[in-house]
Amino acid sequence: MMLNGAEDEEKWLAEGIAGIQHNAFYMHRALDSNNLREALKYSAQMLSELRTSKLSPHKYYELYMRAFDELRMLEMFFKDEGKHGVSVVDLYELVQHAGNILPRLYLLCTVGSVYIKSKEAPAKELLKDLVEMCRGVQHPIRGLFLRSYLAQISRDKLTDIGSDYEGDVDTVMDAVEFVLQNFSEMNKLWVRMQNQEPGRAREKRKKERSELQDLVGKNLHVLSQIEGVDLDMYKETVLPRVLEQVVNCKDDLAQYYLMDCIIQVFPDEYHLQTLETLLGACPQLQPTVDIKTVLSRLMDRLSKYAASSTDVLHEFLQVEAFTKLSNTIDKVIEVQVDMPAVGAITLYVSLLTFTLRVHPDRLDYADQVLGACVKKLSNIPKLEDSLATKQVVALLRAPLEKYNDIVTALTLSNYPRVMDHLDNGTNKVMAMVIIESIMKNNTYISTADKVEVLFELIKGLIKDLDGDVDELDEEDFKDEQNSVAKLIHMLYNDEPEEMWKIICIVWKHTMVGGPKRLPFTVPSLVFSALRLVRRLQGQEGDLVEVVPATPKKIFQLLSQIIEALSAVPSPELALRLYLQCAEAANDCDLEHFAYEFFTQTFVLYEEEIANSKAQLTAIHLIIGALQRMTVFGVENRDTLTHKATGYSARLLKKPDQCRAVYTCSHLFWVDDEGGIRDGERVLLCLKRALRIASSAQQMANVARGSSGPVTLFVEILNKYLYFFEKGNQQITAAAIQDLIELINTEMQGDSANPDRDSDVFLASTLRYIQFQKQKGGIMGKKFESIEL
Amino acid sequence: MVLVLALGDLHIPHRAADLPPKFKSMLVPGKIQHIICTGNLCIKEVQDYLKTLCPDLHITRGEYDEETRYPETKTLTIGQFKLGLCHGHQVIPWGDLDSLAMLQRQLDVDILVTGHTHQFTAYKHEGGVVINPGSATGAYSSMTYDVNPSFVLMDIDGLRVVVYVYELIDGEVKVDKIDFKKTAATTHSAH
Repeated sequence: MMLNGAEDEEKWLAEGIAGIQHNAFYMHRALDSNNLREALKYSAQMLSELRTSKLSPHKYYELYMRAFDELRMLEMFFKDEGKHGVSVVDLYELVQHAGNILPRLYLLCTVGSVYIKSKEAPAKELLKDLVEMCRGVQHPIRGLFLRSYLAQISRDKLTDIGSDYEGDVDTVMDAVEFVLQNFSEMNKLWVRMQNQEPGRAREKRKKERSELQDLVGKNLHVLSQIEGVDLDMYKETVLPRVLEQVVNCKDDLAQYYLMDCIIQVFPDEYHLQTLETLLGACPQLQPTVDIKTVLSRLMDRLSKYAASSTDVLHEFLQVEAFTKLSNTIDKVIEVQVDMPAVGAITLYVSLLTFTLRVHPDRLDYADQVLGACVKKLSNIPKLEDSLATKQVVALLRAPLEKYNDIVTALTLSNYPRVMDHLDNGTNKVMAMVIIESIMKNNTYISTADKVEVLFELIKGLIKDLDGDVDELDEEDFKDEQNSVAKLIHMLYNDEPEEMWKIICIVWKHTMVGGPKRLPFTVPSLVFSALRLVRRLQGQEGDLVEVVPATPKKIFQLLSQIIEALSAVPSPELALRLYLQCAEAANDCDLEHFAYEFFTQTFVLYEEEIANSKAQLTAIHLIIGALQRMTVFGVENRDTLTHKATGYSARLLKKPDQCRAVYTCSHLFWVDDEGGIRDGERVLLCLKRALRIASSAQQMANVARGSSGPVTLFVEILNKYLYFFEKGNQQITAAAIQDLIELINTEMQGDSANPDRDSDVFLASTLRYIQFQKQKGGIMGKKFESIEL
Repeated sequence: MVLVLALGDLHIPHRAADLPPKFKSMLVPGKIQHIICTGNLCIKEVQDYLKTLCPDLHITRGEYDEETRYPETKTLTIGQFKLGLCHGHQVIPWGDLDSLAMLQRQLDVDILVTGHTHQFTAYKHEGGVVINPGSATGAYSSMTYDVNPSFVLMDIDGLRVVVYVYELIDGEVKVDKIDFKKTAATTHSAH
């Protein structure tokens, strides 16, 4: 009968409750006056309210509870024979005269409860009688509640080991039989409730059924609590019978609930020992059952159980838990042909999580799970389903999170194969996750083999993959490449041979990165190589030439690498790296290489660096590096310094020219022992700088009608002082004096536009001279003749 | 008491992946009033990180910096001290005290902070103090072998500055300090 609305239901419930209360009132009166006949009459009438079909399970429950409370009073009355004078045996007979079956059976159960307690008949026979008689009510809701009542009142009377009722052999068996039978019948009623009509009616029925699920499940609780049900009985009787009911009922709601109930209610130890049986049911369940959640929960429980002690862990290996679970999952996936990819992968994620928790040292198990997943994905080249993708990412993250040392994850041979199935975007995300894991845990990857595997995994970041059409956001791309650049520093081995192999492998992979990636990856690799060169420097004498890794070999590779970079084009960065190599070659006493690197530097400067600011910086770097070179013979040195001074004089802006030229003076004076000290050429540079400065002044006069900054002269003055102090004979006190006067003249001539910076600079310079004069000793003498 | 953090030459990501963890745990936001950075961060990510430590951040350009618009030199006044900042690749010979002194005179500062050599130094001469905070990540340098990560914290209080240098040596953070006092006579008139 369809229920028309909540309001009607409330009305019927109210009517039902009123009915119960009404009859209960009279029943109580009868109890008080010890009138059995009246008591039975009114209790039967009261119980008739439970014959309604109009209520949903939720409301029916309310009605039932009212009746239940009243029946407790009645039971007390029944128990007290003195009050009503009828033996329980006769009472049992008497209540069967009630008119309608439902009230009759409730009364029968109530008397039955008293009867069993009285021990006038064996408990098992009475229980058997009652559980069978309840078959008379086949309406699902009414039947379920009736049997629930039976379960409730029988609970404390179940024949149990050590309880009052033990008499015959196998009494525990009888109790178990009773509960199993009640359970079976209840499940059948419950399943029958399901409305097969599609649409809303079906959904509504499902909801109503869920409200009743605990009535059915309670039986399993009871079974778990019977003390006599040990592992053997569970294994031989309880589980097989329950599973039989679960599988045969072919109802997905019941199957899901009951499987879960079994798992939650019985101890983990039992599950472990009956794993095969329990799992054997899984492939036989309806395809619509959410088996993955059931299995996940089982594996979750077992993981926790495994963690509880090492003896338990041993048991896991003994019963081959992993293999059984793995086989079941494979079977379920095989049987449910329509299961979407996401379902299968979720199962593998659960299994992997289980494996990592229970058998963390068994990398072969973990790899096996990944392998099974690869097999499942084999007919899907690239995943497009975002849920499935999410699960695959979860699968890949699990080992990373478990083994903080990513190196372990790298040994799982199926790992890269799983990654291959991700779409390009997700693949890159995963690659970033791997890099982050390495950086966060400060893990060093120290063998060439592992580096090879690693770069295979992150190949989405290293180069363009097939089908890579979508334009990546520039910021994201930069982040990715900077991550790769940082990663390179985590690839390290103390042993030079291995380190050399690593460098070669990294270059092999990164060189196909293309012009967008090289500017990020090359610098890191170059410096990694230079560090290796430095380490080998110290060992030069000890090494036999047979050894593959030598500074020369490394410089040869570096030359190739930087050339690839400059072709991008990325001249400024390449120039800096060439200079770094030149300095390193200098330290290794390799003149030829050092010269070659400077040559490349100059070629880049001449052909590629056009921007004047960039040129000035480049000049500074060239001069700074060249100034420190000790490896060159006179000729080579001359060639290079000549070039450098030439470039300096040809910079675009006069001030830049001036500064570059006076900086060149340092090329001819090196303070270290055995260093060049060519006083004349120093002075030549400074004089040339002065000429440029004057020229700049004149140009400023002409172009702007005012003089340019005098600061250039003050800078040159400071350089004069520098070399004067160092003992350059070509620089005389007189020359310095002249220069000071020149500056003063320039400043006075420009009093209309005072230049504060120059003033301050001059002032501090003069203060310095003063200080030197006051020093006394040799320095004081030197400065004596300079008058301020 | 004004705390000024001086650091530079991190060379992230070209020569180093990150600051040493022991340094990172020491550098906590809100404790420092100014940060002066000699340059060669090299990427924006590092600038953003430094900004979280202290909003008053000053950077000069190193030759590998991604951001090409940092200035070549910078001067700022903190309390009684004038500070000058420059990466140092422009001052040749690299690391030469006398040449650095010239820059100091030119910028007219009491404390000149430069980098480039990755070698911590602190010199006092008649013109003032020259400090090199070294490389905060211990990055490779063509000039210095076995670079220990280091940075400098200056505590400026009136006419006195205490320079604390933090160096990571063999996995342990070692601290040293140097005191400098400035005489009122060298306070420059034009302000």
